Amino acid sequence: METLNYLNNGHGLKSWLLTKDHKRIAVLYLVSITLFFVIGGFFAMLVRLELLTPAGDLLTSETYNKMFTMHGVVMVFFFLIPSIPATLGNFLIPIMVGAKDLAFPRINLLSWYIYVLGGIFTLVAALSGGVDTGWTFYTPYSTAAANGHVITAALGVFITGFSSILTGLNFIVTIHRMRAPGLTWFRLPLFVWSHYATSLIMVLGTPVIAITVLLVAAERALHLGIFDPSLGGDPVLFQHLFWFYSHPAVYIMILPAMGVISEIVQAFARKNIFGYSFVAFSSLAIAIIGFLVWGHHIFVAGQSVYAGMVFSFLSFVVAIPSAIKVFNWTATIYKGSVSFDSPMLYAFGFIGLFTIGGLTGLFLAAMGLDIHVHDTYFVVAHFHYIMVGGAIMGYLGGLHYWWPKISGRIYSEPWAKFSALLVFTGFNLTFFPQFIAGYLGMPRRYHAYPPEFQVLNVASTLGASILAVGYVIPLIYFTYSLVAGEKSVNDPWGARGLEWEIPSPPPTENFTVSPVVTEGTHQYVHPSQEVGLA
Amino acid sequence: MPDPHAEHFPGRIHQPPLVANLEAIQPHDQIELPHHPKLQHHFDDMAQQIEASTLGMWVFLVTEIMFFGGLFAAYLVYRHANPEGFAEASHHLNVTWGAVNTIVLIVSSLTMALAVRSAQISAPPKTQVAWIGATMLLGATFLGVKAIEYADKFAHHLVPGPNFRWEGKHPAPAEIFYSLYFCMTGLHALHMIIGLGIMTVIGIMALRRTFDADYYTPVEIAGLYWHFVDIVWIFLFPLLYLIGGHFTE
Amino acid sequence: MFTNFPLFPQEASTQAAQVDGIYFFMVAVAAFFSLLIAGVLVITAIRFRRRHEDEVGVQIHGSLALELLWTVIPFFITMVMFGWGAKVFFDAYRPPKGAMEIYIVGKQWMWKAQHMDGQREINELHVPVGRAVKLTMGSEDVLHSFYIPAFRVKADVIPGRYNVLWFTPTKPGRYHLFCAEYCGTRHSGMIGWVEVMEQNDFQAWLSGGRAADSPAAAGEKLFQDLVCISCHRDDAQARAPQLKGLFGHTVQLQGGATVVADEAYVRESIVNPQAKVVAGFQPIMPTFQGLVTEEQLLQLIAYVRSLGEVAPPAPAGAAAPQGPGKD
Repeated sequence: METLNYLNNGHGLKSWLLTKDHKRIAVLYLVSITLFFVIGGFFAMLVRLELLTPAGDLLTSETYNKMFTMHGVVMVFFFLIPSIPATLGNFLIPIMVGAKDLAFPRINLLSWYIYVLGGIFTLVAALSGGVDTGWTFYTPYSTAAANGHVITAALGVFITGFSSILTGLNFIVTIHRMRAPGLTWFRLPLFVWSHYATSLIMVLGTPVIAITVLLVAAERALHLGIFDPSLGGDPVLFQHLFWFYSHPAVYIMILPAMGVISEIVQAFARKNIFGYSFVAFSSLAIAIIGFLVWGHHIFVAGQSVYAGMVFSFLSFVVAIPSAIKVFNWTATIYKGSVSFDSPMLYAFGFIGLFTIGGLTGLFLAAMGLDIHVHDTYFVVAHFHYIMVGGAIMGYLGGLHYWWPKISGRIYSEPWAKFSALLVFTGFNLTFFPQFIAGYLGMPRRYHAYPPEFQVLNVASTLGASILAVGYVIPLIYFTYSLVAGEKSVNDPWGARGLEWEIPSPPPTENFTVSPVVTEGTHQYVHPSQEVGLA
Repeated sequence: MPDPHAEHFPGRIHQPPLVANLEAIQPHDQIELPHHPKLQHHFDDMAQQIEASTLGMWVFLVTEIMFFGGLFAAYLVYRHANPEGFAEASHHLNVTWGAVNTIVLIVSSLTMALAVRSAQISAPPKTQVAWIGATMLLGATFLGVKAIEYADKFAHHLVPGPNFRWEGKHPAPAEIFYSLYFCMTGLHALHMIIGLGIMTVIGIMALRRTFDADYYTPVEIAGLYWHFVDIVWIFLFPLLYLIGGHFTE
Repeated sequence: MFTNFPLFPQEASTQAAQVDGIYFFMVAVAAFFSLLIAGVLVITAIRFRRRHEDEVGVQIHGSLALELLWTVIPFFITMVMFGWGAKVFFDAYRPPKGAMEIYIVGKQWMWKAQHMDGQREINELHVPVGRAVKLTMGSEDVLHSFYIPAFRVKADVIPGRYNVLWFTPTKPGRYHLFCAEYCGTRHSGMIGWVEVMEQNDFQAWLSGGRAADSPAAAGEKLFQDLVCISCHRDDAQARAPQLKGLFGHTVQLQGGATVVADEAYVRESIVNPQAKVVAGFQPIMPTFQGLVTEEQLLQLIAYVRSLGEVAPPAPAGAAAPQGPGKD
């Protein structure tokens, strides 16, 4: 007889679509986010296929421009920003703080519906002809000249922003007010710290892009002229408003992944993190300083060089807390007991690739160097190293680590290792050549390019094909595990944490009564001892 | 604790539990303890629920500050670039109507606070509804005045776009000023309308005797929202209506 | 495909060498730290691999000394990068006095260049080797960005304002010119060539073209066609400021502020004359917004300059013209 857990507690579509259980909502998000990842990947595939040859011979210019725009819009707003927080965060944060649910379960469900509605708007924009402004919607092209469904797409982004805001709001209140007795801030898992910092950004930054895209839509629909140069409007003002959110947004995309890595490294080295408070505070530092660096996107637009210097200085400073995390993760491995299960492989991949991505960000922060590489493939390579080599590997690592908890099933470890390898190889082959192409001068968003860039582009497309296979395989074995996978125990990994003390999958209300927590983070003990060193 | 699947994973170590009360993590049937009828099941007690709701509304208001903040930033930039143009454009706004609206909103915040107070002291539903109704009436008055002002702008070709006509010396800054005027007051009016919707719901709940000294959180957080919308107007009024010293022409 | 795939761009300007200097330094630092971290990670992970199932790691809390070390050292390294980058940037946007001036107008989807003696080019730019060249750039429609990879120079081209770019070519040759700010359908077609020639060849090229009006001469024609002369005249009927000797002069505005009469000021005075009214004059000048193209604006500016220039005040940020309202 099957024990009651959140998956079998209530059957039928209505019990899912009207659920208030944070775990079911996390699964709803998981499904829709995966769908958007596939859509965004489809657009990427068309871009990379076109770029196999220097001439623009696969797609028309207009179509190509729509492909890279839609790739960016879907991947940024509908995949990367919600991915870890809305799936893993939603699932785990209540459990990790010892609560029965988030503070506002109905608002949690509402956030999913808002996400879906925003997604529908964007898909409608795509299917009825597409948008070709780039995901950055720069004015005056987007307000005056673009020939596409800018308003629909802008509204799609606007609507989805509220999903992000409500998620962040929910997390902040939950972490402040719903921690179980004995669970002080410094006993919280680092996953929770990183999501707290992420939520601060979600809540403070997202409203600014909401109003910004709304102004673009208004200007386009009502001819308001706030960014119209012929009225004395300033197109660069749009860039300031846009990047005021969109730079912190990249920290929304990476901080949760960093939280995942902290958890995985501890679990698979069977060792508590080296420098817990430094890692915890570094998340907050990144969130705060991250709000002060947006001008590094605008160095060559002619803003005051002194303003530029402030932004450049702070952009270098914001790299330091990230470096601190990388050093602490590495130090955690030292004298650990390291196993190379697939989540750990993803964590290693993350640390290496995020380091490269972060270091190349420094290249862009150096003003004199940015002149040359701004708006080239160097930037494209940089952010894909962080977003794909970093955030997506963190997401995959987290999915693998917590899959037994979420589904109650074990996936195929050999296949998981194989696809991790494919992902790592494919990723580097796709994006490393782009650093070279960028420094050579190949601009981004180019439909056709001079022939001397072809070898690098062919290598990149080849890598993307391998990467795509690496992403498809987990879809298969995760699905397979749901129907035929071995059932999991409470803690299949021998890891430490509140989530590993309850069944896999957990019961709907997580805990019967509030757990009283007596110790903090993840001191690992040998079975033969009570506490202390192995 | 006994794990039904443990035999499938020999050799996997189990770490000692982090919790002191092992019954929290046992499989179980749901136990129902006596509690306030309005206590939602994921909270431990009413105090936690009230704290969470209040913090939630405060966080939401912070997001609203950032939302309006984008418009205030645009306003700052353009006014700094066109001080005379903005002053000239601002002169065409009716300071009297603006002042009336300001007083209307301030009084409505008073009636709102009294509505919260009436719930807090378990006043009869009639009283609560009266204060809520007064607040709504004032809010509607505000919207009515704005409608009059907007109609006047429309009649005088001050709506930005192809029909915008400006006779003064600074036509381009004027059009930007009015773009910002409509965006900022329009967004504010939208929030006002939403506020009236919220107050309708609160009013109905009050009629149904929902609120008393033990439970009035919804009124309180509706009050927070209402006061916020009021404060936004307190900023909008001088920034839009009082540029350049109306009284020293 | 395999006959021509460079892995590093040509260095063809004085600035290129400066930019490459930072680049190589940063590549070295990045490579060092990447390899260090990857190496330590791999070696440590293998050394401390789990040897039996119930093994756990040694519980080490942390080390304040190490944390400070790996905070302070990266901070100093990044500060070096910051200072170096800022210095190169500073120089990159401050054209030297006496640089050869060329006006650039970007529009969807082509680059138009205007030499001061009349030569006009589309999607091509001929310049002499070894001489500083200053580009003053405007856009007729949307954002563009003027980018010459071999020179390591780039500046956005923004409607409603002028941005400035300068370089000194060091090697004759033909170099790519790209638009580097997405501008619509044919963004990737908005490309061309910069032709760097020996000094004599350049002179020959300049004089060999069809005799065309210099921008100043074209501007003078416009000045008369648009009847600017009716107010801007040097007699008692003048209702507008004198333009002789204006360019580069500091102008007194109504209300006490002053402004330097540079390209941006002249442009603004034509399209938005009420923005800065000169002290002692009535605000009666009509706007010419929409009546003149960006190119014509540059021609009028060239004409005003030809009426006599005062040397600009010592650059303290004044060399780069500022757009309306920015910073």
